[in-house]
Amino acid sequence: MASVQLEGVRKTYPNGHVAAQGLDLHIADGEFMVLVGPSGCGKSTALRMIAGLETPTGGRILIGDRDVTVVPPQQRDIAMVFQTYALYPHMTVRENLAFGLRMRGASRAEIEQRVGEAARALALEPVLDRKPAQLSGGQRQRVALGRAIVREPKVFLFDEPLSNLDAKLRVETRAELARLHRRLGATIVYVTHDQEEAMTLGSRVAVMRDGFLQQVAPPMELYRYPANKFVAEFVGSPAMNFLPGEILAELSPANPGTAVLGVRPHDLTIVTAGAGDLDALVDVVEPRGSELLVYLRLGAEGNGPELRVVAPPETAVEADRVVGVRFDRERLHWFDEETGRRV
Amino acid sequence: MHLHDLRMPWLGRPFVGLSNYLEAVGDPRFRGALWHTLFFAATSVSLELLIGLWLALALNQAFRGRGLVRAAVLVPWAIPTVVSALLWRFMFEGQTGIVNAALVDIGLMREPIVWFIQPGTAWVPVILADVWKTTPFVALLLLAGLQNIDASLYEAARIDGASAWRQFRHVTLPLLKPAILVALIFRTLDAFRVFDLIYALTGGGPGTSTEPIALYTFNALLQNLQFGYGSALSVIVFVVTFGLAMIYIRFLGAELMGSRR
Amino acid sequence: MLALLVLGSAFPLYWAILASFTPEARLFGGPSLLPSELVLDHYRALFTQRNFWIPIRNSLIVAGTTTAFCVAVGALCAYALARLQFRGKFALLGFILAVGMFPQISVVSPLYMLLRSLGLINTYPGLVLPYLTFAMPLTVWLLVGFFRQLPAELEEAAMVDGASRLRAFGEVIVPLALPGLATTAILTFVYSWNEFLFALSFTLGPERQTVPVAIALFRGMYQVPWGQILAAAVVATLPVTLLVLAFQRRIVQGLTAGAVKG
Ligand SMILES: Nc1ncnc2c1ncn2[C@@H]1O[C@H](COP(=O)(O)OP(=O)(O)OP(=O)(O)O)[C@@H](O)[C@H]1O
Ligand SMILES: [Mg+2]
Repeated sequence: MASVQLEGVRKTYPNGHVAAQGLDLHIADGEFMVLVGPSGCGKSTALRMIAGLETPTGGRILIGDRDVTVVPPQQRDIAMVFQTYALYPHMTVRENLAFGLRMRGASRAEIEQRVGEAARALALEPVLDRKPAQLSGGQRQRVALGRAIVREPKVFLFDEPLSNLDAKLRVETRAELARLHRRLGATIVYVTHDQEEAMTLGSRVAVMRDGFLQQVAPPMELYRYPANKFVAEFVGSPAMNFLPGEILAELSPANPGTAVLGVRPHDLTIVTAGAGDLDALVDVVEPRGSELLVYLRLGAEGNGPELRVVAPPETAVEADRVVGVRFDRERLHWFDEETGRRV
Repeated sequence: MHLHDLRMPWLGRPFVGLSNYLEAVGDPRFRGALWHTLFFAATSVSLELLIGLWLALALNQAFRGRGLVRAAVLVPWAIPTVVSALLWRFMFEGQTGIVNAALVDIGLMREPIVWFIQPGTAWVPVILADVWKTTPFVALLLLAGLQNIDASLYEAARIDGASAWRQFRHVTLPLLKPAILVALIFRTLDAFRVFDLIYALTGGGPGTSTEPIALYTFNALLQNLQFGYGSALSVIVFVVTFGLAMIYIRFLGAELMGSRR
Repeated sequence: MLALLVLGSAFPLYWAILASFTPEARLFGGPSLLPSELVLDHYRALFTQRNFWIPIRNSLIVAGTTTAFCVAVGALCAYALARLQFRGKFALLGFILAVGMFPQISVVSPLYMLLRSLGLINTYPGLVLPYLTFAMPLTVWLLVGFFRQLPAELEEAAMVDGASRLRAFGEVIVPLALPGLATTAILTFVYSWNEFLFALSFTLGPERQTVPVAIALFRGMYQVPWGQILAAAVVATLPVTLLVLAFQRRIVQGLTAGAVKG
């Protein structure tokens, strides 16, 4: 096990595209670090630089105490699970699992023992002699995982390993991964574009956008104290509401004209008209089983901005009625209109 | 090198300037060869494209024995050109060769003709042999193009009420254009270099009336050992081919790139 | 209609096979579509009088060596071209294609000079070397297409797993590209087997002539030994035809991949 350190890492692709702009990230030994961000923000690029599959055009990367910036992947002692799994199609599951050990010159007995252990842990024993093409999606995913585990590497890298699974399997495997991390105590860098996955898995979460790190923090901190408007919007579902600062001018910490008010749908309460901070017209009501998602339009005529509210299922709301909304004073977020920064 | 006459290169013949090139331009046999090459390329390539397109459309339909047909049309492609030239020579040979016999039998000709003593008739087996040998290649290229066309486009066209001809005209043809262009480029450049076929089929004869430029160059180089003149001819062949390729790329390349993404 | 076309395309070959078993005297004497009398005279003459096994041996050696060399070296070049990012890669690919399209006749005279100064006229290397000028671009071009179809992640996974780039190539890419390598080898072999101009220009006598050259030069002074020519044609056609029929699907794929993909 080892820590991973990125110091001012930059990557400019040969076509001039800048995919990483000065990444500074310290991943502690045994930490589960999740890189999250929208598609194309440079998460995979960052991960591939840690793996050695791309060479940074600036900065340093350290694994443990060793500067590996220009060390080829095979000498880094890392394991990676690819989004497409990249199982070797011409080898059986057993050979796939053994490949990394074989490349490192492990003895036959050791290979057998470790492959056996991993297969048992991942319930792959019955399919050991099949080729990847004869496996289900979930099994393939487990083989990819197994190929990483048998090696007992310093660092595990995951690039969206769950995105090819169906919703149910994804949730199950997510729990499996969390368990695995606890059992192995391994250092993991995990890339995803799914904020929910990031929040549930990460010891810490690093949010990226356009090659820049936006915020690195434990999940709950990210949720409670987003560093800027982008993080606030990206984290949490349904997404945070943003309103012009003037609407609740009396609560604004700064000049309300230059501030944006952010409030999560869960931090709003629907009350009878006139009893809340503002009145609004009910637009659409979506029952979601355990709760209602209510779309409102501010103003009694409903010509103001849209507001999403999560309400208890027993709340009496109907489309086209006027209701009141109450804002949770403790949970308001203010952002600078220009810079998007939290104020 | 081609500015010297290298009949005896070890003696270091003097520099002869552009005279080899001037000689070529004034040489009626050279001009004839150029003309034969153009004629051969234009005729055979257009026939091959037409038949190839038709064949590709036919092969694109699913039917029993399609694999067999595909294999059968591949065989002429795989046969050495020299061999196919000789096969066709044999069929057209003599007064009683199979072609003469068949044509007289069907009643298309009253008398057998001696195909290889007149320029007009000597071209017939040459063109036929080339079409026979290379149409499969064209058809396969076009077939690959056809198979890249999304079937749902035809369904959409049918729902819009397009007739078979209009489907061909407005869906198949535009989408097949890149493949057609590729086939056209490959085949024209190939036809321009024609050598084996004519060497073995007519030897350029009667006289030099079917002699293409590559054969003339070869004769100058290795038959008459005019290395200087022959090399000048080689360069001319190269320049013409290169020019042709450039013209294609210039006029068709943009379209190719555009439609291939 | 299609059946007619298939028949039409098969007929010249059928006719040649038939004629190769027909006695010389009856070759032009009122042709009939069905054989009346079959003899092996021409084949016997071909191998006893003509020593036709010599050109066959030559062709096998030359085409075989060319193919083996091209596939081995071409695979590495193509892999580099398909995977590595370097400046001028696109231009290099274009150049390779252009060399492949080069009119052969244009290089006969410089190659002749070169081979003569190396003392390689009328030798096997003197044929293999010129063959590389067209076979190598063909191989590289085809293989680049095949390698590109393999996801880069496979060898990345292998490298992360501890394999060097060369080892990843050997253990992961080559086994997966085997069908493509086979297709390429077949096509290269067929082109080399059928090549005529270089073989005609760079050999001097029967002892190094390849099959197509030998057949083309059969023609006697006063009469054409059609029976033997056709027998030789059948023999020359046999290996490539068998290859084509056996690997029909692959060849179609290779032919079209080479031209259509870019
Ligand atoms: N080899 C490359 N050459 C040029 N640009 C590239 C290359 N690889 C990636 N990029 C660009 O760099 C940016 C970041 O790519 P990256 O793959 O890291 O994104 P990502 O965050 O992983 O996105 P996704 O969630 O879609 O996987 C993208 O805009 C992409 O187009
Ligand atoms: Mg990615």
